[in-house]
Amino acid sequence: MSEYVIEMLNITKEFPGIKANDNITLQLKRGEVHALLGENGAGKSTLMSVLFGLYQAEQGTIKKDGQVVQINNPNDANALHIGMVHQHFKLVEIFSVLDNIILGAEPNKMGFLQKAEARKKVVALSEKYGLQVDPDAKIEDISVGMQQRVEILKMLYRDNDILIFDEPTAVLTPQEIDELMEIMRNFTKEGKSILFITHKLNEIMAVADRCTVLRKGKCIGTVEIKNTTKEELSRMMVGRTVQLEVEKGAQNLGDVVLDVKGVTVPSKLHSNNAVKDVSFQVRAGEIVCLAGIEGNGQTQFVYALTGLDKMSAGSISLCGHDITKAKIRDRSKLGMSHIPEDRHKHGLVLDFSLEENLVLQRYWQPEFQKSGFIRSQEVRKYAEKLIQQYDIRSGQGPITAARAMSGGNQQKAIIAREIDKNPELLVAVQPTRGLDVGAIENVHKQLVAQRDAGKAVLLVSLELEEVMSVPDRILVMYEGEIVGEFDPKHVTVEELGLYMAGAKNMYREVGVGTQVPEKEGNEA
Amino acid sequence: MIVLADVISATIVFAVPLLLVAMGGMFSERSGIINIALEGIMIIGALMGCLMMRWLDAAVVAGQLGAQLAMLIATLFAGVCGIVFSVLLAFASINLKADQTIGGTALNMLAPALAIVLTWVVQGQGQTTILIPTWSRITQETFGITVANPFLQNLLFKNSYLTTFITVLLFIAGVILLYKTKFGLRLMACGEHPQAAASVGINVFKMRWAGVMISGFLGGIGGLAFTLAAGSGFQSSVAGYGFLALAVMIFGNWKPWSILGASLFFALFKVIGAYASSIPFMPQFKGLEGVSTYLYPMLPYIITMILLILTSKKSRAPKAEGIPYDKGMR
Repeated sequence: MSEYVIEMLNITKEFPGIKANDNITLQLKRGEVHALLGENGAGKSTLMSVLFGLYQAEQGTIKKDGQVVQINNPNDANALHIGMVHQHFKLVEIFSVLDNIILGAEPNKMGFLQKAEARKKVVALSEKYGLQVDPDAKIEDISVGMQQRVEILKMLYRDNDILIFDEPTAVLTPQEIDELMEIMRNFTKEGKSILFITHKLNEIMAVADRCTVLRKGKCIGTVEIKNTTKEELSRMMVGRTVQLEVEKGAQNLGDVVLDVKGVTVPSKLHSNNAVKDVSFQVRAGEIVCLAGIEGNGQTQFVYALTGLDKMSAGSISLCGHDITKAKIRDRSKLGMSHIPEDRHKHGLVLDFSLEENLVLQRYWQPEFQKSGFIRSQEVRKYAEKLIQQYDIRSGQGPITAARAMSGGNQQKAIIAREIDKNPELLVAVQPTRGLDVGAIENVHKQLVAQRDAGKAVLLVSLELEEVMSVPDRILVMYEGEIVGEFDPKHVTVEELGLYMAGAKNMYREVGVGTQVPEKEGNEA
Repeated sequence: MIVLADVISATIVFAVPLLLVAMGGMFSERSGIINIALEGIMIIGALMGCLMMRWLDAAVVAGQLGAQLAMLIATLFAGVCGIVFSVLLAFASINLKADQTIGGTALNMLAPALAIVLTWVVQGQGQTTILIPTWSRITQETFGITVANPFLQNLLFKNSYLTTFITVLLFIAGVILLYKTKFGLRLMACGEHPQAAASVGINVFKMRWAGVMISGFLGGIGGLAFTLAAGSGFQSSVAGYGFLALAVMIFGNWKPWSILGASLFFALFKVIGAYASSIPFMPQFKGLEGVSTYLYPMLPYIITMILLILTSKKSRAPKAEGIPYDKGMR
């Protein structure tokens, strides 16, 4: 038998205008955790989709146990015992856990479902691997962590022994991440092989045996983890040396810029409040981070703060002006800038050009309009200035459609627009979501520059590395409440994780048997 | 008491098309395709069913063919023609990824026009009504028995058609198909999260085709059942019942048992509207005859609007309905 369970040899996959995978070779050993590292758009997901049968490669061969195989669809992959946990879970929300697990591989007699035997198998598997799930719960009612366990059980139910995990840790708490790593190690002990897609270096160092690095569709190399360092990996990934630590100057605190008192926001989904009596201040010259697991009221709080939604109680003042009921433009005029969580929904008009998007906050100013008509030459000049200053790259410069730009450059455009307004308060909600290491470094530099220039910055983040490295103060939010305040220099990730999961609260006792945070999705 | 028997039997006979068509709509929408063309499908089903009855008329009258066997043939023919018509929607919305609402509306405009033309072609110019032969009804003679009790007589034989019994069977089969089979589970997955379905190897296109074709079959039979219930022959229209069925489906929250309840409810109001003058306790607006003449027939539609306003907040449509499935999207 071959040393490798799966070999992807010289894979080339082209999409119109771009080579997503260019002659990539990846070999997976039996019983190893093999990390696949690369920036966004490096071709990781494409490569895995080829292996999983969602795409067909133009060139190259795939071998299983040394035999050349054809994988034309997920059924073929399944027959070869290849399973995948997708980054965005592929679960039907109104179905039960059991129905989701058996979907596509239903035990049946003449087409009639035989759920009893399926249930037995699922319960046995979940006990064997410590993957606790409730087979009858509906997906929409369970936590993200449990949803992931359902995805893993889906693979095990199909007797898969080559398991692909596509960025599995993005949605988990630190404790859940540790559990997942443990589960992965258990799988490898049983001889299962794991492909682990990620761009988080810490996790690779913790769990992987080997790592293949992709950059711009090309394979940079495969390294043994025990012979490498984080710095080396990030250099391979980006192609230059990246500063992993955020550099900050000495803090120079000023006056209170943002004063939030008792803000309460009702939920759109249930009778509870999404945000409960939240109070804090942000002063000039500091970065305050609102941390927490997704869906604990951060989105709703920011909506209330920026005026996208109404609050039911409390008050907000900005630089001494009460803005509790102010219009969005008035908030903006008073010095609030907002880098929204969903850059496609609230950040850009995707079918407008780059220059139109850049001037979106100021087109009404005399500089850019004359008796109601846009002065397009001024807009063009202004856009070109920002494009240069913030290094926004696009196909056709100012007239590129925002939709056609990469995520990182879309974000740069929003940041340029919001920072060039010269705000007193910058509200940045997950500003690095979906960006790669190089782009993240750039965003962090901009935030710190605002702080050093004596502005107030409110950062809302789900990324622990960001939470630990960027802000001067951390506020943890759980189920709509602020449950703790920390100095990042004096707190550990584990400690933060306990607060984020609701197991600890600085301000009151926590009951035994903490609850899974109720899901509070963005009102899409 | 006799009125009660009339109301019950009429309610059932009017609930039948609503139930069938709403079930059809449910299968289509749960697979992810909005089927606004139900009205058109009903018209085509009614047209072809009635034409088939007309063609078989001579044989039945001459005694060469059993009346109910002829009805069965007409019913199945209506269903099959419904499928053929629904294929237009399936092809446009699944393969060509056309806007489903616009595609459905186009079919709704096509159907009555086609029906008028075909009616004239078959019957001669100006003959806009296809009459329904009297043998279509199930009567005491069908079974060769006599029921003396006038209550039972009205209840069982006043509005009795084969389609009613076929509908009961189809409803039960539909419930089992949706909830107890592999097919049903996969169909619902395609309407909720087609990418998830595809990732476990389900052919989303195939399931959606199946969903639309089932709606064509049920919609076609429903059209015929409506024309039988209305009783005055086919006039290239089903009086908005396809849209009412859509409302029933939404009110029934895309679930078969709720749809059954909803269709009985709407049918009851329709019948109350029709029988209002002979039901003792209904207000008759003495001196304002115009009010009751127009108010009562409006009842089912007014009730539909009010109920939809009240329940629409809670209703939960299949998540992916109306969105063409694209393999590349993740």
